[in-house]
Amino acid sequence: MGHDTAEWVFVGIVIAILFYVGVDSWIVQKEVEEVPADAEIVKVYGQQWFWSFEHADGTKEVNTLHLKQGHAYKFEIYGKDVMHSFNIPDYVVFEDVVPGHVNHAWFSPDQTGTFPIQCREYCGLLHYNMRGELVVEADKT
Amino acid sequence: MVLELKKARPVWQIMFSTHHTDVGLLYTVTGLAFLFMAGVLALMIRTHLFFPGQNFLISDSVTFNRIFTVHGLTMLFLFALPVANGIGNYLVPIMVRYKDMAYPKLNAVAFWMNPIGGALLWLGFSDTSWVSYAPYSVIRAPGPAADMMIFGLKILGISSILSSINFIVTIIKCKHPDLPLRRVPLFAWSMLTVSLMTIIAMPTYAAALIMLLTDRLGVSGFFNPSLGGDPIAYLHLFWFTFHPEVYIFLLPAIGMMYELIPRFSRKPLYSQGSGVFAFVMLGIIGFASWGHHMYSTGMDFTTKVVFMIGTLAAVPASGMHVFNFLATMWGGRIRFAAPMKFAVGGIALFFSAGAGGVLNSAMPLDFISHGTYWVVGHMHLFLTGTIAFGFVGMVYYMFPFITGRMYSEKLANVHFILMLWGTVQVFFTQHLLGLAGMARRIYDYPPEYTSWVELNQIATVGAWILGAGFVAFLANLLYYSSKGKEANMDDPFGLGGKYYYPYQAKNPHHASGY
Repeated sequence: MGHDTAEWVFVGIVIAILFYVGVDSWIVQKEVEEVPADAEIVKVYGQQWFWSFEHADGTKEVNTLHLKQGHAYKFEIYGKDVMHSFNIPDYVVFEDVVPGHVNHAWFSPDQTGTFPIQCREYCGLLHYNMRGELVVEADKT
Repeated sequence: MVLELKKARPVWQIMFSTHHTDVGLLYTVTGLAFLFMAGVLALMIRTHLFFPGQNFLISDSVTFNRIFTVHGLTMLFLFALPVANGIGNYLVPIMVRYKDMAYPKLNAVAFWMNPIGGALLWLGFSDTSWVSYAPYSVIRAPGPAADMMIFGLKILGISSILSSINFIVTIIKCKHPDLPLRRVPLFAWSMLTVSLMTIIAMPTYAAALIMLLTDRLGVSGFFNPSLGGDPIAYLHLFWFTFHPEVYIFLLPAIGMMYELIPRFSRKPLYSQGSGVFAFVMLGIIGFASWGHHMYSTGMDFTTKVVFMIGTLAAVPASGMHVFNFLATMWGGRIRFAAPMKFAVGGIALFFSAGAGGVLNSAMPLDFISHGTYWVVGHMHLFLTGTIAFGFVGMVYYMFPFITGRMYSEKLANVHFILMLWGTVQVFFTQHLLGLAGMARRIYDYPPEYTSWVELNQIATVGAWILGAGFVAFLANLLYYSSKGKEANMDDPFGLGGKYYYPYQAKNPHHASGY
């Protein structure tokens, strides 16, 4: 009986930890997926082996993305050939690029500077070099 | 000891035998041979990544991509599965007190599919990565390589279905009538669980492979978006098989620890019932969590939550195994011979890998870790830290019973220290690399990311240490199987008393010995 009690207590503690992890993830993820209404849409195209971007005003960029500090941006992610993953590690922006699907991610840069953009899903020959740059500029207006 | 094969026989007699110990030996030796081959590939990958921005050792990314693909496929399908089947072949018929596997010829056929499948994988040397995500594997992966990989995996999949049928029938139908199923030793229970899981999971992947092949031939478009297909369908089919497959790789190693730990603690197992319960629970819940590999594919919030709950639900059962091991060791007269060292090291690393796994399953954290070196470190902690540790411990344990000779305990000690040290240094460091943002499967990284450079170099040195451990293992196996001193077959590990080798119990079918 003593043995059984020890095992139940152990399993109970494990379940309590898991319950905490589950509930907390739920709350945080719910918050993370809440896109602000004023988020500006930026289209992201991933293809072997570079990134192209299209801003709401129609300007296009390749591999370098210029955004303004303090604004919210919603990425619409399109794939052209194989699967990729659009990733800005410093801002935890991460969503797969799936041809035939439009995926979404959003963020709001709070610091100026340049940050790496990379591909995080294996996409062939130059996967390692499918890198871009995010340039966050101070908003002067 | 019933496993004794002391009498030397010509190799062809073992090769053409259908006896379960011979097939078991073939499985185990083939699995270990592929372990060393794939290990060399791993060392090439790590050595290449020592220096950023250079073509060090591997001069182009195509070769690099092919190497990590074949490394992964080999370790999973040609090391982890065959070694589990090999040890299973040895022990399961003895544990259920039957003369052989239920279908001995089928058993030999299932084994001989392994070298054929392995040859296709190695001759093709595909570059699709082991997951072979569509549409890359459909529209971009070059020539015969990917097709040979598909056929090789097809053959290996059929092989594992055949051997699973054999294990299920042997355990359920051929066990001794006096032996109730719940009393069957836990290693046999682990083989029963994984065999049932294989039967359920593997056909899905077999179907996906055929769909991939017809897609590649251009006659269908299941996964090809330009023909109206959907790559996400492939991911679902793939992970429906391969998340349960994680447990199929893992549970035999846990079962082996159940063999080793009570014996070397010289104490009865804490609880047979909770071990059986935890195996069956993992076998069922293993099917409820495949979606956690796909959080970032555009999955909606509710689906993510369902898969997160399914993933977390598997953890208490794993915890029960750990508890069972610790409670068995508690107060035991533990003898730290090589098998026990590896079993205990495996439990510690299993615990750390599992703790990392809980973080992966939490949705917000997954978006940080997914697709980075964190995941590489995480699954290698399972594959090397738990599965390889369990297997290696079991190989040391079986060694005197198979060869009639003792391995060198000193060399085994060197092996253990190097392997534990190497595993911790490589795979814990890779977790940190993942947090620093390094994507997996990359041929090169920018030298200006200094934290990546440092961590990669630490990991590479760890890989060399790990490799040195395996060299000690190989030397121990090769040299001492013919030159080692004769083992005391009644009690090779000096545990004191036959009680500690339970399957020495009378088995009428094995009485004539081998």
